[in-house]
Amino acid sequence: MELLQFGLFIALLVVGYFAGSAIERRHYASIRRREREYSDVLAFMVRFPFDRTTPQRAFLVHGAVVVSADYFKTFIAGLRNLFGGRFRSYETLMERARREALLRLKADARRKGAKTVICVRFETTRIATGWAPAMEVLAYGTALVPDDGSLLLPEPRAGASRLLGDGLVRTPG
Amino acid sequence: MQTKAGPMLVSNLELIPGRRIVAHYGMVQGSTVRAKHVGRDIFASLKNIVGGELKAYTELMQEARDEAVERMIAEARSVGANAVLNVRFATTSIAVGAAEILAYGSAVRLDDQ
Repeated sequence: MELLQFGLFIALLVVGYFAGSAIERRHYASIRRREREYSDVLAFMVRFPFDRTTPQRAFLVHGAVVVSADYFKTFIAGLRNLFGGRFRSYETLMERARREALLRLKADARRKGAKTVICVRFETTRIATGWAPAMEVLAYGTALVPDDGSLLLPEPRAGASRLLGDGLVRTPG
Repeated sequence: MQTKAGPMLVSNLELIPGRRIVAHYGMVQGSTVRAKHVGRDIFASLKNIVGGELKAYTELMQEARDEAVERMIAEARSVGANAVLNVRFATTSIAVGAAEILAYGSAVRLDDQ
């Protein structure tokens, strides 16, 4: 019985390690690809617009992701707790989450026709603990679109997140 | 006083370029406490073995945040505002499997463009 438990533990470690590494590699590749794709959407941390004279439409955009470490990383982190020092495995996890959240914010901005987001803030919350920890990273900011009078508010798409509901589109013609 | 219709501008800026704040109504807020349901929880536990994004939780938090913002907007409408500025989000895990999501900001009236 104990042998079975130990076997299960080892199996979980091995599965966690290989599947976790594969998922991480794939995620990083996807992040790098999308970061190039969204390189024209600029996100700034400044509190005020650079151009304060032109009227601009402003609206909230955001991106969020909940991530968890794999079994192997959680186990290693437990060991690491004994000795202290850098949790390298968790550092990459949080970095991935933060870059993912920022990318989703940029995707949200582009979907609404904006290329500038200012006042970007990050928020990180632990939403589950124990052997299966999960962290949420939220990025939010204000998208700006120069208002030349041809912008209008579309109806929110059915089933769409209501936060996404007040995006902007250009009137045809 | 406008109560129902009209777009509500929601932003985390302190002021909107080109618009003047003509009235300030104080802080408005909206919050919700959500719990994960068991099915999602079990699946998320399995996902925890291999790590990565927990999509079910991402969606859950998203729904909760929408709800909180919706309530904040409703409160802003009820005081006659047409914009909520300086919006902040706060998320706290208040019990095992339950999180509170709070959205708060300043309700103001912006002049017409």
